[in-house]
Amino acid sequence: MSCLNKFHILEINHLSISFQQYKSGTRQRNLPVISNLNVSVHEGEIVAVVGASGSGKSLLAHAILGLLPSNAHQEGEFFFLEKILDEKRKKKVRGKEIAFVPQSVNYLDPLIKVGSQVRNGRKSKEAKDRQRELFQKYGLGNQTEVRYPFECSGGMIRKILLSAALMEYPRLLIADEPTPGMDLETAKKAMEDFRRFADRGNGVLLITHDIELALEVADRIAVFYAGTTVEEALVEDFSSEERLRHPYTKALWRAMPKHGFEVMEGHQPYAGQWPKGCVFGPRCPKFGPECETEIPERVVRCGTVRCIRCKEDISSNHHEKREAHRHVGG
Amino acid sequence: MLEARNISFSYGKGKLILQNISLAIKPGERLGIFAPSGFGKTTLLKILGGYEKPLKGKVLVEGRPLKEQGYCPVQMIFQHPECAVNPKRKMREVLKEGGKIGNGVLERLGIVEDWKNRYPQELSGGELQRFCIARALGEGTKYLLADEISAMLDLIAQGQIWKFLTEETEKRQIGMVIVSHSRQLLDHVCTRQIALKKESDRESVEV
Repeated sequence: MSCLNKFHILEINHLSISFQQYKSGTRQRNLPVISNLNVSVHEGEIVAVVGASGSGKSLLAHAILGLLPSNAHQEGEFFFLEKILDEKRKKKVRGKEIAFVPQSVNYLDPLIKVGSQVRNGRKSKEAKDRQRELFQKYGLGNQTEVRYPFECSGGMIRKILLSAALMEYPRLLIADEPTPGMDLETAKKAMEDFRRFADRGNGVLLITHDIELALEVADRIAVFYAGTTVEEALVEDFSSEERLRHPYTKALWRAMPKHGFEVMEGHQPYAGQWPKGCVFGPRCPKFGPECETEIPERVVRCGTVRCIRCKEDISSNHHEKREAHRHVGG
Repeated sequence: MLEARNISFSYGKGKLILQNISLAIKPGERLGIFAPSGFGKTTLLKILGGYEKPLKGKVLVEGRPLKEQGYCPVQMIFQHPECAVNPKRKMREVLKEGGKIGNGVLERLGIVEDWKNRYPQELSGGELQRFCIARALGEGTKYLLADEISAMLDLIAQGQIWKFLTEETEKRQIGMVIVSHSRQLLDHVCTRQIALKKESDRESVEV
């Protein structure tokens, strides 16, 4: 959702994911972890997904790639390059047209040297040159490619995972927390690469906690809380607290170091214990009985919000302007 | 006082990663260490925590070498929580590895009772890290080593956890060594900071 009418690299509508769990003995329960989530990535765009840890950000990435565990149940529509992306197509395009930078450093095979893993076993000169070029760019020394994963530091592993994703020439890059453990300089370099990659007409879905880094490089920010997108905003909206739409986004904004590291009390409701109506209700200063109904997603100024307290929207804006006009005239 | 005296270290016969490093942390102090990735920050913490033996030099707690048996007074919280818990144990068991954990610690870390019945792969990185922090805060802990522990948390959770750790370590007079790439975080949390320097001059420098 945005004002842009560009080609969609990725579009996800009404995604819900739940896990089948054993409670005791053979009794099972269904645990919803993502509910009614919409997100899209346009051509040439970096969309950063930020939000509470445990809000389902990594699950989203895994769902796009068809990597959910077998006890997961999903509903919703996926489109990749404006064509339906079903499980069969996911298998076909992942690692090729859709590349993935995983969050956990456990994703490397401990028994294969990292250079060979990044090349996916290929020994051609072309593959070696590409891999060395990438390693060099991220400051990984010549010796690195013949090392095993356990011989590399946490930051080096991140750089290796990133190189592996960029080896092929994908249309969509999904990066799940690619930067923690990297020093700022390398993280910035990686972000510049994402920017260049997107500018060539590709899309990036950047899942991160580092809002400041995301604000430097992304075009739009999707804010996750308790399994759904509470707000989608343009990066420009983060220039001031007033332009943000949802109270959780505002709280995140105030928690940024340059805005004072303000700590909000309370915790995100855990999956299975979501409150009725608004998921942010228990922590919201403006919470009222009207918030206990289903909260629809509304379009507000080239973004979306799930909050009935956010009064402004396109139509009311027009209305206010007209009102103001009339006052002046009258 | 937790002391590292003239520590040098290399993995196998490789090149020296740490050369002649000396540090001292007083109870209740929060020392920040700042350096680019691959500089040996994690290795240094592992040596301080007794996970690796230094090639040269020694680590002393209150003037004595680290205990080989029993609860180690120097506890480490790792960078990747998913690598620091036994995947076959439920979180309830994982917590028990830390011995007795003080009242209110779990609540203040935001650990939900229900999470204890889960296996590690059923929790997010941020949720797992809360358990790892609780586990490291057993009653016998005198020094805490934090290796980039909040990078997997959102800003609000980061703020909450650092607020908790600051209060808890001040109350119990636990000395902390904090490694992070975020200068702003170190500035906010630490009482003192040092930077590890480049190859040629590996001496630590006070900043």
